[in-house]
Amino acid sequence: MLDIILTTAAFDQHVSILVLDDGVFQLKNGQNPEIAGMKDTAAIFKALEIYDVNDIYAEVESLQERGLKPGDLCLPVQEFYRKDIAGLMKRFDVVFAG
Amino acid sequence: MKFAIQVNASPYQSNAGYTAYQFINAALAAGHEVFRVFFYHDGIYHAFKYATPPDDELQFTAQWSELARLHQIDLVVCISAAQRRGLLCSDEAQRQGKQDNDLAEGFRISGLGQLVEATLEADRFIVFG
Repeated sequence: MLDIILTTAAFDQHVSILVLDDGVFQLKNGQNPEIAGMKDTAAIFKALEIYDVNDIYAEVESLQERGLKPGDLCLPVQEFYRKDIAGLMKRFDVVFAG
Repeated sequence: MKFAIQVNASPYQSNAGYTAYQFINAALAAGHEVFRVFFYHDGIYHAFKYATPPDDELQFTAQWSELARLHQIDLVVCISAAQRRGLLCSDEAQRQGKQDNDLAEGFRISGLGQLVEATLEADRFIVFG
């Protein structure tokens, strides 16, 4: 999904990100992926600003169900309640599910 | 209407790829245009030239090739998804010091830019799988 975000931004398209369900863990603070021999993708999320990707949304219920608060994430997010997600998606021409 | 399609599932993982194939046929029969199919994630397994299913089963790869030949549909395979899974076209194989060309007739390998361009070009963009 990060690849699609970066490519779309490189095409000068306005890109926003919505994290839902376990997707909220993508932005969790204090990950140590190197311990598991994995790539540090949170660092790439932090670099999105360079690509003018600044609108990041998170679903309130997804965070709550996993015991997370916006402060636990590595980027500032705008919170949306589940009932408002459909309306949010409607504001966009294309939606990629990841 | 102008459609662009994305296929994310392999032929034996789910019906999504074949559903996409049938959707495309139905759309073409109804007079619509399908100008590109983008194979991403495990969807790239549709493009393996040497897939050899039993004769009495669906020949997924051959059917896609035939569809491309009949309707000039651009079948694009994501290069990074393909390379991860060992699907190399001849020039890429050569570059990597490997042999052979695994890509079936009618498919071509390219990047995510083709996917983004398809979403911008199409009236409707549909993801299967």
